[in-house]
Amino acid sequence: MTDTDEVEIPEVNYVSGSGLPIRGNDIDTDQIIPARFMKVVTFDGLGEFAFFDQRFTEDDDLKDHPFNEDQFQDSSVMVVNSNFGCGSSREHAPQALMRWGIDAIIGESFAEIFAGNCLALGIPTVTADSETIQSLQEWVDANPDEELEIDVEAEQVRYGDTTVDVTVDDAQRKALVEGVWDTTALMKSNAGAVQETAAKLPYVSDADANGSGSESSTSAD
Amino acid sequence: MSERTLYDKVWDHHTVTTLPTGQDQLFIGLHLIHEVTSPQAFGMLEERDLEVAYPELTHATVDHIIPTADQSRPYEEDAAEEMMSELEENVREAGIEFSDPDSGDQGIVHVVGPEQGLTQPGKTIVCGDSHTSTHGAFGALAFGIGTSQIRDVLATGTVAMEKQKVRKIQIDGELGDGVEAKDVILEIISRLGTEGGVGYVYEYAGEAIENLGMEGRMSICNMSIEGGARAGYINPDETTYEWLAETDYFQENPEKFEELKPYWESIASDDDAEYDDVVHIDADKLEPVVTWGTTPGQGIGISDPIPAPENLAADKQDTAQRAQEHMRVEPGETMDGYEIDVAFLGSCTNARLPDLRRAAQLVKGREVDDDVRALVVPGSQRVQETAEEEGLKDIFEEAGFDWRNAGCSMCLGMNEDQLEGDEACASSSNRNFVGRQGSKDGRTVLMNPRMVAAAAIEGTVTDVRELPEAEVTA
Repeated sequence: MTDTDEVEIPEVNYVSGSGLPIRGNDIDTDQIIPARFMKVVTFDGLGEFAFFDQRFTEDDDLKDHPFNEDQFQDSSVMVVNSNFGCGSSREHAPQALMRWGIDAIIGESFAEIFAGNCLALGIPTVTADSETIQSLQEWVDANPDEELEIDVEAEQVRYGDTTVDVTVDDAQRKALVEGVWDTTALMKSNAGAVQETAAKLPYVSDADANGSGSESSTSAD
Repeated sequence: MSERTLYDKVWDHHTVTTLPTGQDQLFIGLHLIHEVTSPQAFGMLEERDLEVAYPELTHATVDHIIPTADQSRPYEEDAAEEMMSELEENVREAGIEFSDPDSGDQGIVHVVGPEQGLTQPGKTIVCGDSHTSTHGAFGALAFGIGTSQIRDVLATGTVAMEKQKVRKIQIDGELGDGVEAKDVILEIISRLGTEGGVGYVYEYAGEAIENLGMEGRMSICNMSIEGGARAGYINPDETTYEWLAETDYFQENPEKFEELKPYWESIASDDDAEYDDVVHIDADKLEPVVTWGTTPGQGIGISDPIPAPENLAADKQDTAQRAQEHMRVEPGETMDGYEIDVAFLGSCTNARLPDLRRAAQLVKGREVDDDVRALVVPGSQRVQETAEEEGLKDIFEEAGFDWRNAGCSMCLGMNEDQLEGDEACASSSNRNFVGRQGSKDGRTVLMNPRMVAAAAIEGTVTDVRELPEAEVTA
């Protein structure tokens, strides 16, 4: 292990950018990225397929969708309604949104796996009640070039002259603010404790409990 | 917070430490991987110069992209071949066991794990697939994860998670004729909503659950995620133990069975366990459930009227309106008689042996409607082999069904099996989202496998209880 292997994890205290509204409850991950675009072995290039079937007709003509509108092309904060990201666990969904240019999402509520996948990419999923969301969507529609700011630590969103309180799940807030949302290295550093936990489980054999990739396993180096 | 439930106990046994975020670092006893969500995770491992920490606790199969007709290599579709090759290389390099098609053990990951005895009570099980909740049927704590979390599990054998609340769903009474496990879970989702389970793990309990075999229990736990609950489980009992004893792992290691049984018994929820919420459902009152819309929560009994959007809760009206336009259904009608073009019998929800047996019983001596293309996709090669030995393949083929090889197939249309145009499909799968089965104009009606068989024969959604007995000729 050398220092070059350490991954830099930025702290995400604030996200600012112009917004775009994606209206509707229960927008599932099949809509965010249809399965046919998942026949890939990397996430590169997924951005152009975000909301594909909502954006294009059979003949590739443009449909009405915020992702197609000129005024939202530089937007980075999505404002959504309830149960956003339900369905499949595919990380391809937040990966596609991120690669399209989305840095944060404000919504009434999020499906759990989707929110977890966003966190693993450093994308805040911030919640507020339906009236707040509706006002925000209307403001974003009327002010597509103006920035809104999410203060993750203070759990506030500022737009125009308005500041509203929002909710950021405790663990998500800490992970983003302290820059520990990429958990691999952190958890890897507990390898000894992991082995101890494994060794106590009756279904894990002694040999398997040590693992093979762990640093304390016997190896030829 | 809940106390002394299976969830609490299994969680405690697997907690390594509490992370600075307040999340717990949870040890993972079984990591199942497949070709769609794992290649990027292996790529991330390579970028960071990390190895797979627990290859012995990891198991791979191929299911999402595999063709179900011609499986000869290279696969006709280049992308599918590339994904398969990538998986083959990754598991070979890491020393991960692979139930590949040549092994005769390949199949949908949530069918393969249980049938090989990898799925056991009291294990933590993850997979990059939301239907991992299936394995909760055995009293395991099982949930779907994203690709970055797959990276975490590969690299460390653990995931970072927040503990959730536990809702007990108590299903008392007995299921009537023609009513199955699938109907129970569709009813639960329509009652509690597609996001009703967010923040919860579901414990399914009660007489109706205890009376179910393992396959029915799997159908129920499988769709927990459609109700927003990341995991669902059933306490292990004699039914569980009998099933486990027949699996490879315990046939090969019979001493392990006796050794582990006390642990399995110890992790079941205590009689005085405390829950964050309890919901009661009366099994006697259920009938076959079908969906009328484009979320799994938009379900009704086969003889119930489709609801008018304006009569639904305010936040459901807009979704319902759009769903009814897409499905071309009218409030007040029932789904009985809804014309279908395709019948799909398959998926991790309902493609196990008893599912195929029950459907075959209904199909025997009948014919698929002329205007319907019908296919049966067994959940695994083992299911397929046994079904063929039992003559189920012949029954289905004689009736006009296509008999395919194992895979996810038309549940999500990642291989060649897809709806075309605005075809309507009677499907034993788990999601009726717009575009889910491969065509954005396709229309999916979710139902139990016997209802799928009945729809295939009649050409319309049909109450299986009203289908007259077929004249079976010898």
